Amino acid sequence: MLVIFGVTGDLSSKKLMPAIYDLANRGLLPPGFALVGFARRDWAHQDFAKVVHAAVKQHARTPFREEVWQQLSEGIRFVPGEIGNEESVNHLAETIADLDEARGTGGNHAFYLSIPPGLFQTVVDQLRSHGLAEQHPDRWCRVVIEKPFGHDLASAQDLNRIVSSVFPASSVFRIDHYLGKETVQNMMALRFANQLFEPVWNNNYVDHVQITMAEDIGIGGRAGYFDGIGIARDVIQNHLLQLLALTAMEEPTSFEASQLRTEKQKVLAAARPTERMDLHTARGQYAGGWAGGERVKGYLDEDRIPPNSRTETYAAIRLNIDNRRWAGVPFYLRTGKRLARRVTEIALGLKRAPHLPFTKTDTEELGYNAIVLRIQPDEGVTLRFGAKVPGTQMEIRDVNMDFAYGGSFTESSPEAYERLILDVLLGDPPLFPQHEEVELSWEILDPILDYWASLPNQPELYEPGSWGPQGAEAMLARDGFTWRRP
Amino acid sequence: MTIIRLANTTSAEISTELLRARRSAGNPAEGLVLTLIIVCDESEYPEAKDASMEAGREHPSRILLVVTGAGRNASLDAELHIGEGTPGEVIVIRMRGAVAAHSASVIRPLLLPDSPVVIWWPGKAPNNQTADQLSQLAMRRLTDAAASARPLAGLKARARDYIPGDTDLSWTRLTPWRALLAAALDQYPATIKSVVIESERGNPSADLLASWLHSRLKVDIARKVSNGPGLTAVRMATAAGDIAITRPDGLLASYAVPGQPERLVALKRRNFTELISEELRRMDADEVYERAIKSLLDGERKTVSRPAATKRATKKAPGQGTAAKKTTSTTRGR
Repeated sequence: MLVIFGVTGDLSSKKLMPAIYDLANRGLLPPGFALVGFARRDWAHQDFAKVVHAAVKQHARTPFREEVWQQLSEGIRFVPGEIGNEESVNHLAETIADLDEARGTGGNHAFYLSIPPGLFQTVVDQLRSHGLAEQHPDRWCRVVIEKPFGHDLASAQDLNRIVSSVFPASSVFRIDHYLGKETVQNMMALRFANQLFEPVWNNNYVDHVQITMAEDIGIGGRAGYFDGIGIARDVIQNHLLQLLALTAMEEPTSFEASQLRTEKQKVLAAARPTERMDLHTARGQYAGGWAGGERVKGYLDEDRIPPNSRTETYAAIRLNIDNRRWAGVPFYLRTGKRLARRVTEIALGLKRAPHLPFTKTDTEELGYNAIVLRIQPDEGVTLRFGAKVPGTQMEIRDVNMDFAYGGSFTESSPEAYERLILDVLLGDPPLFPQHEEVELSWEILDPILDYWASLPNQPELYEPGSWGPQGAEAMLARDGFTWRRP
Repeated sequence: MTIIRLANTTSAEISTELLRARRSAGNPAEGLVLTLIIVCDESEYPEAKDASMEAGREHPSRILLVVTGAGRNASLDAELHIGEGTPGEVIVIRMRGAVAAHSASVIRPLLLPDSPVVIWWPGKAPNNQTADQLSQLAMRRLTDAAASARPLAGLKARARDYIPGDTDLSWTRLTPWRALLAAALDQYPATIKSVVIESERGNPSADLLASWLHSRLKVDIARKVSNGPGLTAVRMATAAGDIAITRPDGLLASYAVPGQPERLVALKRRNFTELISEELRRMDADEVYERAIKSLLDGERKTVSRPAATKRATKKAPGQGTAAKKTTSTTRGR
């Protein structure tokens, strides 16, 4: 049984409910599966079922089938109520007990907290006081929380204290939907199932790594959440640092959750920002203008954003990893809103060949070799190397060799949330970060955030639909690199 | 071949549609080596479209055919041509009104990742190319002075705001001529006393050739107007007679060097596809072109001092051989 708090949110209708339907459609949900929504709305079960129905129809990735919907709709319940209100929680507990009986859930519950972290304490306390969070040896009770996992190290520790006071670490699932992406898991396959890449996957051959997550949209309706938080907390702390960990970690002895986590923690503990943050970080805020053929507002003109907000919508940082494999290889992480296109990728830049037996003009256009892991939207791998341009002259230019998942595996890759929800239900946690990883990430990011907070000026403005502020270009140019156009 | 039409669209939608089309064509991998932006208006569109379909043959590319138009309402429509028959991907993007004024915002998201971008104006090029927003996206900029109403003025404008990566197709048209002339001087390294270039009136290639020969040989270049087509003859006078290349019909040239029999050389006037393919082979700046086009401006400023230059050139008789060799090697470098 899945109980969703804050079920009226965007995430829930766009991602969670369609993912649940898709899982059911693929036959991956147990017959006794039940879904309980809890929110501050005056809805009956049927109203909620309608909302779920609409969300599924609009956003599900698999075709809509009436019989699957019937199976699912039998187990859909809604509990209207306020968080913190005793009566509502009583009602919730009754509903859950009823469902346990009616659907034969076996008493297995997962609580999905799609609510602001400030409310965690209340919810968790109430779950405990109503006996909903009790752990029994023959059934499970899990809690799922969404990013952000705090807004700095101290708050992350607080949050962890609250949740772990009731739920043991193995029952806490921190959802980072990026980690559910097929390609992220494929990174492990690529790195550890092949002989081809491992020999070059180190500072003998790699001279820098760029991890990019760009969005072409602005903050949209998330003003209340986003302002004051900023994109570094929103994206770098979780997604980009997780990608960094998966890229840079050593081979785990097995893919058991604990082994994988150990390796990720080791590499995160070795990563640190540089001492000169003025030279090796950049932040920006999108200006108004035209992007992708549409007129768009600047960040400060967005609804409910104070006109003097210093929240960054673009962030680029350099990290060093102090271990034998990566010493001397800078890792550049960048993310931003209103950039030219939506793309997430990891690019390993290789050193130039030590000797080029060609004339200088032959290789003038030759860049560097690169291994690019594309995470979205076009999942795959690109190898970039030099090749001769057809013709009588010796002219060497970069070409791309492309592998795309879309074509190689015809079964459409499951949406990240499907995978994660399934893992929650199965209790299979390797893709979920635990509090140690979260805290290590904050330890990396906190000094940078403090430095930015100490700056008197606004973040640098950048043109919407561009690839970020000038400062970010300068930051790489100082080290003799340039950002890829992803 | 699939044609997908999108009306009132956005760049993000075009990208998504491209990806979907590639997937359904069963070839989601992208083997494209460069992005070619072609900018034209409605009247130039049919010709530009044919040329764009051809241009990608040698270099599989994503071709963005940008058709701009004025209009009160902003609109953005796209046509995606993907599949067999079309080399790579051809995307026709029509912009009107305010969108057209911000064309770079539409095009930037559609550039292929980390690969060269070339822009080509088959017709009228923007007046100030360096300031043009689309041209700033590209590392190579191809113009065609021959397509403008006043070719020489066009070339001079190009020379004034030259930045590395610029090339005018009237220069590309000269490549076989330059190769022949340089080969002639390689074979017969004589002192050149004077040069005569015969061409149609207002032929920009002839202007560039004159400027190039003047900057390399430091001799007077005389111009004669002929009936064409295009460039019809180049005669370089030496003590023993003329080195002459004459092409009266635009197809076959005769090639004469003192002391050797006259020979025939195929010197066909080339079409756009061949010219573009040639330019796409090189992505670095064309330094020889830069010198040639900049010395067009020298000619303008130093008309008075020209006799002096001629005198110096004639005096330096033994040095001429070196000048000729230099010409040869630069031609080969290109």
